[in-house]
Amino acid sequence: MAASSTTSFNARPSGRVSAFWRRLRSGDDIAYVITLTCALTILAIAALLVFELYTNSTLPRHKFGWSFLTTSVWDPVADQFGALPFIYGTVVTSALALLMGIPLGVGAAIFLAELAPAKASNGLTFLIELLAAVPSVIFGLLGIFVLVPMLISAEPVIRAVLGWTPLFSGPFYGVSMLSAGVVLAVMIIPFIISISREVILAVPTEQREGALALGATRWETTWNVVLPFAKKGIMGSIFLALARSLGETMAVTMVIGNDPSIHASLFAPGYSIAAIIANEFAEAPGDLYRGALIELGLVLFGLTIIINGLARILVLSTTKKGAS
Amino acid sequence: MTRRVFIVNAALVAALTVRAASAQQVLINAGGATFPYPMYSKWFDEYHKKFSNIAINYASIGSGGGIAQVTAGTVDFGASDGPMNDTQIKEFQDKRGSAILHFPTIMGADVPTYNIPGVTAQLNFTGEALAGIFLGKITKWDDPEITKANPGVKLPSNNIVVVHRSDGSGTTYIWVDYLCKVSKEWETKVGRGTSVKWPVGLGGKGNEGVSGSIQQTANSIGYVELIYAIQNKMTYGKVKNAAGEFVLASLAGVTAAAAGMKDMPEDFRVSITNAPGKGVYPISSFTWLLIPSKIADPAKKKAIKDFLAWMLGDGQKMTEALSYAQLPKAVVAKELKAIDKIQ
Repeated sequence: MAASSTTSFNARPSGRVSAFWRRLRSGDDIAYVITLTCALTILAIAALLVFELYTNSTLPRHKFGWSFLTTSVWDPVADQFGALPFIYGTVVTSALALLMGIPLGVGAAIFLAELAPAKASNGLTFLIELLAAVPSVIFGLLGIFVLVPMLISAEPVIRAVLGWTPLFSGPFYGVSMLSAGVVLAVMIIPFIISISREVILAVPTEQREGALALGATRWETTWNVVLPFAKKGIMGSIFLALARSLGETMAVTMVIGNDPSIHASLFAPGYSIAAIIANEFAEAPGDLYRGALIELGLVLFGLTIIINGLARILVLSTTKKGAS
Repeated sequence: MTRRVFIVNAALVAALTVRAASAQQVLINAGGATFPYPMYSKWFDEYHKKFSNIAINYASIGSGGGIAQVTAGTVDFGASDGPMNDTQIKEFQDKRGSAILHFPTIMGADVPTYNIPGVTAQLNFTGEALAGIFLGKITKWDDPEITKANPGVKLPSNNIVVVHRSDGSGTTYIWVDYLCKVSKEWETKVGRGTSVKWPVGLGGKGNEGVSGSIQQTANSIGYVELIYAIQNKMTYGKVKNAAGEFVLASLAGVTAAAAGMKDMPEDFRVSITNAPGKGVYPISSFTWLLIPSKIADPAKKKAIKDFLAWMLGDGQKMTEALSYAQLPKAVVAKELKAIDKIQ
């Protein structure tokens, strides 16, 4: 640093150049260039990913066109490939996971941030962050050896209560879209809790004090003041959870039943995009077959963007309504 | 002065000898099938202990990967649980300008395994019964096709739950190849491949996924590798062979399947499922090394040829310890002759 500054002083550049050197020394420009490069790297990685997926899936894209997205036959022997059952399975299991994960995760975060004593909260949070670091194959094993038997024994109860809907009809083998949804929920809850808790804790104390001073109860303060303030951050945690559940591979393939067909019942086995790629890619002979699996990767990429976009639009519209 | 020259000369000679010795270091890259990986890794390790200058590195990336990589030329040789088909062989010839040779190394088999509450007996399965079950046409355990092969066993009238592999695998290839041989309907409706469009059933990932699902699902049936069943002490059924006997899978029965092949083709690309002969276990298969017929590097060529000869001799004696079936003598003799095709 010292050496470079002497050089610039000795060189005595005039006018604009000298101004540039001065700014360079103060660090602003260097920081700008370095961080810009970092940001561009992300763009480059995403672009490269799309480019590779796109070029390597030329064969099936030309052969099947858009029907790839709307047909549901997956027959490697006859070289017939359709992505619909996998798209369906991915969306349904992720939706199930969010349905169970959001209330549990946000509820736990509220308790830890607002109601629990600080010591207990910190200890529990440490445990939750540990959970977030558990590899997904462990959750998959937990799913197949613990959760699936539990669901099998819980099946008569579920059927008695909800059996009248088509969602819980037909035979139940344990491995199913329901099991995959539950395992995914267990996996995403730590993310939702951990981030939501941080966000709730970051709400300024003045907000709470103001509400309490106006005579609100503790719960009224939390529900009407703290949560709206932290809403954006909580939504962020949910997006991250959604992304994880859409792309989850190992844990899902171990409990979903791996059956490429579409059933209305959550008791029925299904299949997800990430799971079939992991299952079949290594032993996929033939360029068309491999291309179809790569195209599934492209579909998953697109699906993630669309779902995230929709969720964001939803959030934006509700935020506006809340403001007006 | 002369002394100094001598020393310099000696040093030079020494350096050159070291260089010559290090030039003999042969590194061979291979990759492919996962099923024979434990055996291959043992062989390559033992061979390296014997000849420390030869190191063979094997990546178990799957049969499809093995074929793709040997065709692309990124490995010196590949390995596959299924033989390359004519299109793949032609692609190899176009890209590499030489032929590809198949060398059977060891043999494996699939066994039917099941979980029927209350039934402890070892069940007998005919080919028709297995094909019917996996086609979804035989749906109950007390179907006549099953009961007539199992006199004295009381089978429940429960629905059969079929479990198959969800990942593409050589194990699946052997299983569906057998079903193709015993059922015309299976051959036209489903066909053979490392992954197929299953008419019915749940998919489990790997042998462990299939056996896990079977253990947890009452009235289920699936297939796993013989080695996996032996190592995990699972019960598995007998299968009727082409000679009409119900045979329990064993290493000897698998070897007999290859010995029963009367006319082994020159290129060893042969399916031995449902092979004729007594004592033959019908759901058996070879696994192959895929070796280019032209190897440019003379050191690599010699190393690979020597390894093949060793594998067919001493190597075969190590198979039983790892629960793989060894090649029958006739096949070994034929392969030893085929080594000369590598140039």
